Amino acid sequence: MRDLLRRRRMWRRRPELKRSYDVVIIGAGSHGLATAYYLRRHGITDVAILDRSYIGSGAAGRNTTILRSNYKTPEGARFYDASVRLYEGLGAELDFNLLFSRRGHLTLAHSDRALAVMANRAEVNRLEGIDSRLIGPDRVAELAPTMYVGPDTTYPIMGALHHPPGGIIRHDAVVWGLARGADEGGAEIHPHTEVTGLRREGDRITAVETGRGTVAAGTVLNCTAGWSTLLCDMAGVRLPITTHILQACVTEPVKPFLDVVVVSSQMHVYISQSDRGEFVMGSEIEPWTTYRMQNTLNFLQDLTRHTLELFPQLERARLLRAWAGLCDISPDYSPILGRTEVENFHVSAGWGTYGFKAAPIVGRTLAELVATGRTPELIAPFALERFHTDELVSELAAAAVSH
Amino acid sequence: MSFLLTCPHCGVREVTDFGYGGEVTKRPTGSPDRRELNTYNYFRRNVAGVQREWWYHRSGCRAWFIAERDTTTNEVHKTEAVG
Repeated sequence: MRDLLRRRRMWRRRPELKRSYDVVIIGAGSHGLATAYYLRRHGITDVAILDRSYIGSGAAGRNTTILRSNYKTPEGARFYDASVRLYEGLGAELDFNLLFSRRGHLTLAHSDRALAVMANRAEVNRLEGIDSRLIGPDRVAELAPTMYVGPDTTYPIMGALHHPPGGIIRHDAVVWGLARGADEGGAEIHPHTEVTGLRREGDRITAVETGRGTVAAGTVLNCTAGWSTLLCDMAGVRLPITTHILQACVTEPVKPFLDVVVVSSQMHVYISQSDRGEFVMGSEIEPWTTYRMQNTLNFLQDLTRHTLELFPQLERARLLRAWAGLCDISPDYSPILGRTEVENFHVSAGWGTYGFKAAPIVGRTLAELVATGRTPELIAPFALERFHTDELVSELAAAAVSH
Repeated sequence: MSFLLTCPHCGVREVTDFGYGGEVTKRPTGSPDRRELNTYNYFRRNVAGVQREWWYHRSGCRAWFIAERDTTTNEVHKTEAVG
């Protein structure tokens, strides 16, 4: 009994920064921590993960916890499918309950055009072995019996893309579990350690300057999502990214009455009910770029209005919290992953609104890149160089609406 | 909160009145090679700080203008008409 109540640290406090590390990971979010965790598998344990704030303080703690892999391009679908499969086993592997709820994912269609795009997505998905299908309005009503699907809505529901493997997972638990796993492997987690500069000599980064001193580094990984451009600037690497805010909010807990994830591209909402009964809702990015994480009034107005069209039951529900997070949007809505022109400086960027669902596969593939020096086939299409060779991977149809 | 912009023609309006046109970039001159052209098309400075950027008064005079805005605070320092 005493053991049950004993306070245990999930990861060790590290009072000192060493003078040098084999690998320095900038950003202790889901991607940085996952990479440190998977580096263990390759026997690389001399690793420091630095973060300006507390761990999971950026997008890893601000997303709406949705997992799915029904993307539009074969490259994207394959990649996110590998991630969802890793997520399925991650709780058992980390020995930590991640509250993964595989409840199915519905993307509503309100127009013929949307139906046509979804039919295309379902075909691409099935060719990759991903369960994804177009369903009619009757089936939508069966899967979400508490959702208002009446004909007298602003945007009548004409069908949906149904993706049974989609679901939600507790985002903070993912961060904590990965941090514990990385720490057990020997990686050092250094929160409140801001990177202030990167020393570059020729084609290599030799050292990372931080608010707590300078450390030498064999390989440096930039896993800072919304702040990627600023860290890449320090290395003299340019990115095709703009930073925007994405906003979400959560209601007080109510009785469970929705057990699928509902998304409407046209109404710019995605809605799920958490295991605690809260309704978690997110919207679209603001079109202007900003680094200021603060909500806007038009977000709350539009989001709640659209949510109430689908779930009028929530009319009297109170909002507990609303928040904003940064999104690093790339021109083709696909990530920028792997090598840069600096030999030992790799990036995980361009994550827009879909980074959290990719965390385990990013960790595994980046760790492989660091360990072997070769870019894994799965992430080769997402190289930064694609913007110079006109080989964009357009996920506009499947990812531009943020979920 | 969102913020206000001063249209050089119509005056102060909410940001939702406007369309955002992105940071002011330098157009390549002469006949750029593919690398220069793609850099111009895709790569951005994405600064954290004061940025010169294009705006379009969509719900007003429908004119394009330039603003200087601090992207860390969203404070608009000035706006100016072009052309």
